[in-house]
Amino acid sequence: MLSAVVAGLAPVQQSYLLQARQMQALSFAVHIPLVCFGIAFPALVLFIEWRYLRTGDVVYRTLARRWTKVLVTLFAAGVVTGTVLSFEMALLWPNFTATFGSVFGLGFAIEGFSFFLEAIFIGIYVYGWDRLSPRAHFLTGLPIAVAGVLGSIMVISVNGWMNHPQGFRLVDGKVTDVNPWRALFGNSYFWHEFVHMYLAGYIVTGFLVAGAYAVGALRGRWGRYERIALAVPLTAAAVASPVQVLVGDWAARDVAHTQPVKLAALEGLGRTTRGAPIHVLGWYTDGRVEYGIAVPRLLSFLAFHNVNATVTGLNSFPANDQPPVNVVRIAFQLMVGIGTLLALLSLGFLFVRWRRGNLPTSRWFYGALVVAAPASVVALIAGWVTTEVGRQPWVVYRIMRTNEAVTGASGIPVSYAVLAAAYLILIGAVAWTLRRLAVTPLPASEG
Amino acid sequence: MLETIVLLFALAGLVLYTVLGGADFGAGLWQLLSGPGPRGRAIRDHAHHAMAPVWEANHVWLIFVLTVAWTAFPVVVGSVASTLAIPLSIAAFGIVFRGIAYALQSATDVPHERRVIDTTFAASSILTPYMLGAAVGAIASQRVPVGNAAGDLMTSWVNPTSILTGCLAVVAGAFLAAVYLAADAVRLGEPDLEREFRMRALISGVLAGALALAGLAVVRQDARHLYDGLTSGLGLAAVIVSAAAGLGTMALVWWSKFQPARVSAAVAVAAIIGGWAAAQRPTVLPGLTLHEAAAPRSTLIAVIVAVLAGGIILAPSLGLLFRLMLIGGFDRPSEPAPTPARRTARYGTPAVGFARLALACLVAGFVLLTVLDQGVAHVFGVIALVAAAALAFFAVGPTDLPDSSGGPPNSHAR
Ligand code: HDD
Ligand code: HEM
Ligand code: HEM
Repeated sequence: MLSAVVAGLAPVQQSYLLQARQMQALSFAVHIPLVCFGIAFPALVLFIEWRYLRTGDVVYRTLARRWTKVLVTLFAAGVVTGTVLSFEMALLWPNFTATFGSVFGLGFAIEGFSFFLEAIFIGIYVYGWDRLSPRAHFLTGLPIAVAGVLGSIMVISVNGWMNHPQGFRLVDGKVTDVNPWRALFGNSYFWHEFVHMYLAGYIVTGFLVAGAYAVGALRGRWGRYERIALAVPLTAAAVASPVQVLVGDWAARDVAHTQPVKLAALEGLGRTTRGAPIHVLGWYTDGRVEYGIAVPRLLSFLAFHNVNATVTGLNSFPANDQPPVNVVRIAFQLMVGIGTLLALLSLGFLFVRWRRGNLPTSRWFYGALVVAAPASVVALIAGWVTTEVGRQPWVVYRIMRTNEAVTGASGIPVSYAVLAAAYLILIGAVAWTLRRLAVTPLPASEG
Repeated sequence: MLETIVLLFALAGLVLYTVLGGADFGAGLWQLLSGPGPRGRAIRDHAHHAMAPVWEANHVWLIFVLTVAWTAFPVVVGSVASTLAIPLSIAAFGIVFRGIAYALQSATDVPHERRVIDTTFAASSILTPYMLGAAVGAIASQRVPVGNAAGDLMTSWVNPTSILTGCLAVVAGAFLAAVYLAADAVRLGEPDLEREFRMRALISGVLAGALALAGLAVVRQDARHLYDGLTSGLGLAAVIVSAAAGLGTMALVWWSKFQPARVSAAVAVAAIIGGWAAAQRPTVLPGLTLHEAAAPRSTLIAVIVAVLAGGIILAPSLGLLFRLMLIGGFDRPSEPAPTPARRTARYGTPAVGFARLALACLVAGFVLLTVLDQGVAHVFGVIALVAAAALAFFAVGPTDLPDSSGGPPNSHAR
């Protein structure tokens, strides 16, 4: 069944649609954790450098230089994976681009500019450590932080548009009256996505970096350098995590209003219900959640602030308009579960820090940090699976289906295999480079 | 009219990508051909150091071209990307492997590891420009019809014109790189390296010229439409400019005048791209004129505004980067940075105030974002919550750690 839009190119039969989708998902899953570092890491490095400027304490300088090397490595990986995504947007979904490029493309064009700015100043910042005055050097870092955020705003505006399309009209199925500014930035859906992702950037970066030093701490590496290197990112993640829960709740309410079918899938709500419950855990079959723990009326309350509100269930939508419920639901529960645990861990840490003025001393806390690092990445990916798979079968919500967007070229499985292999090597290479950096002794002269 | 302006932006981006990114690929090729021993090693290191600071910036031009193209000429991008899926995928993989090798290059000095990395780097430095060049050849020889994979997936890019343009892209990059690296060697006062790269510039220049001439013959057979465009009017003018600039560059290189040679080499390459565009007017793909291919007016205006606004910010930044590169600001460490005066590390009293404020913001944010349902309330709620997080960060004073602080039981404070 086709949708309302007449595509820019004639739709084709693609027998490897699933592989194309998986390839897209794989590319995102590799790119997005790197993006978190692009959002949050420059600010953390600059914070450390700012401490150096204020105190003249070389331990900050050593740390900031170390982290700059990490930043560069991850940035290079971000560039590479981002370039692949840009290619894929056209290679895998040419019809999406051909039909709606004029509506959403602007976001990517501005994104391109912001990464350009970022690349330029990373070049200057990295190679300017000994060649610019400390203050000038610090200032050349600021555009990096700004550009990282600006770039992610742009991409997310595109995603917000795909989830809540506007800024154009369909006349006889043709896209007309295009207003790209309104499509991208006048879009209510964009705001929760941006704030939620921005916080996720700090959570993921913070827990990953802190987790690395927690491993060291458990092995007895615990000098002043390591303590600062653990405390700063951990504090950033800890202040972001509790806020993330509130923002996530806001996101869910937005979803309830604009994408009822996605909400029904998130919660596994088979039929439209007045005073709908929430099910924790469990498995969705035959229009209901089995083996879950039901909390009566909670869904109606959370989604519409009214315990008796009616929540639309999956039975109100034709079967071929529904996303794969269990994928979306499990991803959502993973994210919320991990998000809640991270928030609790964070509150505990902040409490100890505030009351005792010290870092926690129990072994399990550092063990928990080691676990929190990968868990935060899982939450991140799970969140995107919720959003993107939850939007299926549409690529542009209720306007264009994913199977209308896909390329007619053959050979998707081959590229998928090559890409998967390349990304395995990429991950290995990045891990190896970071490990090299980690085991290199600190320069003695720099304390 | 508007679409022509946007096309010129895209072409300018393509020229810059060819001239800067192409040279970057070329540097990779010279690394492959550097030969064994310390001499080879010196050549490889020279190429790496010259390119490292500008690597990312050079390559973002490709992203620029892609994004402008798919915003302003969406149907063209959709058709090209589906029919030319194979060469474009290979180019993308080349970029991945090149990025991997680049990231690793500075990380190791173990010889056999270096060898694997350098070879990967160089191989992808050839593959990527070849495939991109072959894709251009496919479009120029009208082998990409409008439609979702409507053209032949193989012969569209395996054909005389594509092979020619692919090779030309590789050789032109090598030529540009040799000229730039020779100029860098002069600046660094490395006469040996200067000689090496002068030689390479001359050889690759001759090769590029020969390819271009042979190319005209091939195109005459294989893509008559393109040939006619290149031998009349604006197309012819561009070919003449390119030939003159190419010959001029050879002369300049011969006399070791590398700085002006940088510019004329770039002009020679840029003119080829201009010539292609001129020769192909007015269609972009067979039967599809530029005007028909263009996005609606409002989008074109948006792109123009975005590009101009971006340009105002980017131009001075790029200028700064290249100035630091060219005047050698990145080669020699200046005097060690003066150490700022040591001040007290503690934030001291504000901490308690910060914490109270953070709590207040958190409560306000909760009410505004979570309890209330109005959109306006949400805006202020988000601001309050972000403020709460920032204030809490400073209230905790993440770097104010007592001297032997915390840590798991078995760790030793150093
Ligand atoms: C570290 C990461 C992280 C954590 C801890 C959370 N989330 Fe999340 N979530 C994301 C990372 C994320 C994300 C990857 O960034 C998503 C994908 C799209 C988006 O805007 O953010 C997302 C999407 C997302 C969506 C879908 C929005 C949409 O489709 O537009 C909802 C409803 C939530 N989240 C809700 C929550 C709740 C209630 C959480 C807390 C308990 C939570 N998230 C914790
Ligand atoms: C513009 C064109 C885009 C297309 C055609 C597209 C389409 C898709 C498709 C088909 C999937 C796979 C769904 C599945 O596995 O069933 C997917 C997954 C995903 N997309 Fe999108 N998407 C696009 C843009 C974006 C943007 C702009 C973002 C982020 C800002 C995004 C983030 C994701 C993520 C994170 C996933 C899932 C990753 C995973 O499953 O591990 N997508 N997308
Ligand atoms: C369709 C999806 C996407 C495309 C086409 C894309 C494209 C790109 C490109 C080309 C780059 C490298 C540019 C450069 O620095 O040279 C990049 C990097 C980056 N992308 Fe993406 N991207 C996508 C998804 C995302 C998402 C989902 C986010 C964030 C929410 C994001 C944020 C970033 C950031 C912050 C960087 C900077 C790299 C770093 O600092 O590590 N991108 N992206």
